[in-house]
Amino acid sequence: MSEAILKVEDLKKYYPIKGGLLQRVVSQVKAVDGVSFEVKQGSTFGLVGESGCGKTTVGRTLLRLHENNGGKVIFDNKDVFALSNKELRAIRPELQIIFQDPYSSLSPKMPVGEIIGEAVREHKLVPEKELRNYVMQIMRECGLQEHHIDRYPHEFSGGQRQRICIARAVALKPKVIICDEPVSALDVSVQAQIINLLMDLQKERGLSYVFISHDLSVVEHISDEVGVMYLGNLVEKGPKKEIFKNPMHPYTKSLFSAIPTPDPTVKMNRIVLEGDIPSPANPPSGCKFHTRCQNCMKICKNVAPEYKNYGNDHFVACHLYDK
Amino acid sequence: MFKKTALQKEAKKRMKEISKTNRAIVKKFEAEKKRKDVPESEYKTEMKNPHNILEIDNLHTYFYTDMGIVKSVNGVTLEIPQGKTVALVGESGCGKSVTSLSIMKLVSAPAGQITDGQIRYNRPTGPIDIVKTPISQMQDIRGNEISMIFQEPMTSLNPVFRIGAQIDEAIMLHRIDIKKADVKKQTIKMLELVGIARAEGIYNSFPHELSGGMRQRVMIAMSLCCNPRLIIADEPTTALDVTIQAQVLDLLRDLKTKIDASILLITHDLGVVAEMADYVVVMYAGRIAEQGTAHDVFLHPKHPYTMGLIKSKPVVNQEVDRLYSIPGQVPNPVNLPEHCFFKDRCDKCIAACNGAIPELLQIGNTHKVACHLYDNEKEV
Amino acid sequence: MAQENINLEKIVTPGQLVTKRFLRNKLAIVGVGILVAMFLFSFIGPLFSPYGEYTIFYTATDGTEFCTENLQGCDPAETGVTIANKQAPSTLHWFGTDKDGRDVFTRLMYGGRISLTIGFVVVLFQIGLGVTLGGIAGYFGGKIDNLIMRLVDVMYCLPTLPIMLIISSLLLSYNVPQNQKIYWLTLVMGIMGWASVARLVRAQILSLREQEFMVATEATGIHPAKRIMKHLVPNVMPQLIVVATMGMGSVILTEAAYSYLGIGVPFPYASWGNMVNVVKDPIILREYIFMWLPPGLFILTTVLGFNFVGDGLRDAFDPKMKR
Repeated sequence: MSEAILKVEDLKKYYPIKGGLLQRVVSQVKAVDGVSFEVKQGSTFGLVGESGCGKTTVGRTLLRLHENNGGKVIFDNKDVFALSNKELRAIRPELQIIFQDPYSSLSPKMPVGEIIGEAVREHKLVPEKELRNYVMQIMRECGLQEHHIDRYPHEFSGGQRQRICIARAVALKPKVIICDEPVSALDVSVQAQIINLLMDLQKERGLSYVFISHDLSVVEHISDEVGVMYLGNLVEKGPKKEIFKNPMHPYTKSLFSAIPTPDPTVKMNRIVLEGDIPSPANPPSGCKFHTRCQNCMKICKNVAPEYKNYGNDHFVACHLYDK
Repeated sequence: MFKKTALQKEAKKRMKEISKTNRAIVKKFEAEKKRKDVPESEYKTEMKNPHNILEIDNLHTYFYTDMGIVKSVNGVTLEIPQGKTVALVGESGCGKSVTSLSIMKLVSAPAGQITDGQIRYNRPTGPIDIVKTPISQMQDIRGNEISMIFQEPMTSLNPVFRIGAQIDEAIMLHRIDIKKADVKKQTIKMLELVGIARAEGIYNSFPHELSGGMRQRVMIAMSLCCNPRLIIADEPTTALDVTIQAQVLDLLRDLKTKIDASILLITHDLGVVAEMADYVVVMYAGRIAEQGTAHDVFLHPKHPYTMGLIKSKPVVNQEVDRLYSIPGQVPNPVNLPEHCFFKDRCDKCIAACNGAIPELLQIGNTHKVACHLYDNEKEV
Repeated sequence: MAQENINLEKIVTPGQLVTKRFLRNKLAIVGVGILVAMFLFSFIGPLFSPYGEYTIFYTATDGTEFCTENLQGCDPAETGVTIANKQAPSTLHWFGTDKDGRDVFTRLMYGGRISLTIGFVVVLFQIGLGVTLGGIAGYFGGKIDNLIMRLVDVMYCLPTLPIMLIISSLLLSYNVPQNQKIYWLTLVMGIMGWASVARLVRAQILSLREQEFMVATEATGIHPAKRIMKHLVPNVMPQLIVVATMGMGSVILTEAAYSYLGIGVPFPYASWGNMVNVVKDPIILREYIFMWLPPGLFILTTVLGFNFVGDGLRDAFDPKMKR
C-alpha cells in the first residue's frame, strides 16, 4: 500500500463546561478522547458513528478549525498543530472539507463563480486572467453547467448545491478532503449521484477522503478502511472487508443489525440496543459501551479495554477478546 | 447579462399576474370554508370497501404561491385497510407530507387548498368526506380518531411544561370518559405502553432532559392516549440514530398489534418501509408511481422510478462497483410537463411516453403501476 | 413560446422578492411618499423660496413690507419702522412670521435640512462605530468581546439628557461659537447611540459565524479581513438598513427634544425642534398656532414616515413574513 498522507495520533478535543457565577470551567465534555488512524494516499477512510459520538468534531479538529487538547495530526509530514497562522493558511487549500447541509454551507449573497473562485484567487493558484476559465472547467468536472457561473446559490437544488461545495473544495487542488456527512441531507436518487461524483474525482485526481457518516451502507460503498466511533473513541477499526464481514465489537454488531434492509422477505434477527447514548460530559467508567452492551462482563465496568490488533489490521477495543 | 434582466422584467410581470389570480381563487376557497352550519348530508358519504379505514380518491392539493400554482398532490388515490400499515414513500417534495396534512385538513391556508377529490374516512358514526367536513367537526377527529407523529420530537413538545402535564392535558382534552383523578394513572400507563421504564420519573421531567429517542416515545404515547383509529407517522425515525430507530420501529410494530390501529407511515427510507409496511405507495412529483403490497413493490418493482430508487441505495454486504443513479432531478412542481413526469429521467422511455400522463394500471391483484411500459399487459 | 416555461423560482432574485414584499405593504409606501416629500421640501424647496433663512421682515411707516435682504429704500433703524413679527398666514407668508419677523414657511425648509442632515450624519456615525466595534466583538470573541460588550453596558447606563445639558453648559463656558455647536451635538449623539447597533451586529455575527459557509471560508484559508468584509457584512446588511431607518426617526426626535430644551441647534439656525420651542411663551401657545404647529406636525410625519419604511423593510427582509 502507498504511504499515509494523513496521520492522526491520539487526537483529543475537550469542550469546557462553564458554570457558576464566574464562569469557571467546571468539567469537560470529552468529545474526542484519543482517536488514531491513518489515511493512505488515494484511499478513503470511513468514520461511522451515531450522533454525538464526536465524528464531526474529529473532522473539524483535523483541519484545525478548533484547537486540540492533545495528540497530533500529521499531514504531508507536517504537524498541523505546530504550524503558525501564516503557514496554516498556506496549507489550507490542500486539506479541504465538504459539509452536510448544502443550504447553509454556501454564502447566499455570492454568485457561484465567486464562491468557487474566491479561495483560488486568495492563494494565487491560477493567474487572475485564467481564473474564470478554470472555475468553469472545475464546474464541468463536478457536473455543473458552465453557464451557471453567474447564478446565485438559491437558484440551485440541494444536489447541485452539494456539487458546488465539492467544486469549491476541488478547485483548490487538495490532497485530502474531509467529507462530513456529505449525502445525509440529500434524497436517495441524488445521494447516488454525489457518491459517484466523489468516487470519480478520487480516481481522476488521486484524492484521499475522510468520509464521515452515520449511514453504514454508504460508508461501506465508498471506503477502503473503516473506523467505528462510540463516545469519542474508536472502538473498532480495520479494512472495510474485515469490518463488514467480521464485525467484532458488540457495538459494531448491533449497529449493523439495526440497519433496515429494503427487502421485506428478510426479517433480521436484530440486536436492539437498550437505552440511549450516555452523555459525553459524564461517560460511564471502564468500557464506555458497557451500559448498553449485551456481553457486558464484570471487568468491563471498571477497566477500559485496550485497543489491540487482532490480525489483518483489524483493531478492536473490547474485553471479549482479551484471552 | 442583458438577457437576464429582460427575463427578470418578464418574471416581475408574471408574478404580478399570478398573485392577482391566486388571490381570487383563494378567496373563493376560503369563503367556502367559512360557511357555518354545513348540513351533515353534505359530507356524508359511502365507503367503497367497508373494511377500509380511509380511502383517498383523486386528491388534489395545490399551493397558490407567487411563483405559480404548486401542484403538490396531483391526483392521488389510495386506501388504508383497517389494522394495516400503509407506507407512503418518495423523495422530498413529492407530496407525501402534503397528502397526510390533507387528511388532517392542516394544509397551511390560505396558500394551500384542497382543490379536488375525496378523502373518505370510515367514522364509527358513519363514513364522512373529510374534504367537505367543516373545521369544527375536524377538531373532534384530529387527535381523537386520527393522530399524528411528527419528525422532530423536540419541536413538537412544549419546552416549558413537564412531560406528564402535557400528556395529562391531551388525555383530559380527548377522553371525557376518564375522571380527573385517574388522568395521571392513565398517563403513566401510556408511558409504560411505549416502553418507558421509569414512567414515574419521566412524568416529572422536562422535554429537554430527554434524549431524542425518549422524546419520540413520549410523542407516540401522546398520540396514542385517545385510542386513535389511524396514526399518521410523518418520518417518525428520520431524526434518530440507527440504533434508536430500531427501538422505535420495534415499538411501533408492537403497538399496532396491541391497539389495532392503522398506520400511515410516511418516509423516504426504503429500508424502514420494507420492515414496517403491509402496503407501499411510491409517490413521484405529486402522483402515485406504483402501489402494491411490500412484496410486490420490493421484489417485483415495475415502475422505472421504483427500480431506480431501490438500486441507488447501497446495501450492506452487497458490493457494487458503481452505484446506479437516476439522472437529472425532480421536475419543477410549478411547470409540470404534459407527459409522464418521470420521462426526462427515465432510461426505459418508449414512444408512448411522449403522450398523455400515464394512469394507474392494475397489473396484479394488489399491484398497480403508472407507466406506459405496461399499457398492453392489463390484468396479468 | 419559450417564455412560457421560465422557472420563476430560479429567476427571481432575493432582491426582487424583497422589493415585492415591500411594495405590497401599503403603509411602507405611504412612508416612502412622506420621506420623499420631506426631502424635496427641505433640500430643493429653499431654491424656490424668495426669502432666506434669517431674513427679517419689517413694516415701514407707510405700511409697505420690506426685509433685510431687500430694503426697497427703507431703513430698518428709522423710527416708526416695526418688525413684522407674529404675522398671521397670508399670501406673502404662507405660515406667517415668527416672533422675530422671519418667514415660518422658509424656516421650515431650512429646519428640515438641518434636522434630516443631523439625523443622517448621526445614524451614519452610530452605524460606523457600532459595526466596527460589534463586528470586532462578534468575530474575535473572547476577551475583546468581553471588553467591548461591557463598554456597551456602560453606554446603556449613561443618562443622555444630563450629559447633553453638561456638554451644552461646557460649550457655553468655553465660548465655543454657536455655529460649531451643531457639530458637537452630532458627535455626542453619535457616541451615545452606537451601543444598540453594536449589540445587534455582534449577535448577528455570532450566529453567522457558526454557519457552515463561514467555516468553509476558514477552511479554504481566506484572510480574516476579507471574511468579515465579503461574507459577514453583506449578510448583516438587511438588519442594518432597518436599524438605520428606524434610527433616523428617533435621532430626529431626540434632536427636536434637545433643540426644544435649548441645548440642541442654536438660534439663529432653524431646526424643527427649536421652532417648536416658541410654545414656551403661553401667549404664543394660545394665540399663534401657525408658529408652532407646522414644525410639530413636520416632526411627527417625518418620524412616522421613517418608522413606516423601517417596519416595511423589516417585514420584507424577514423571509418568515413570506405570504
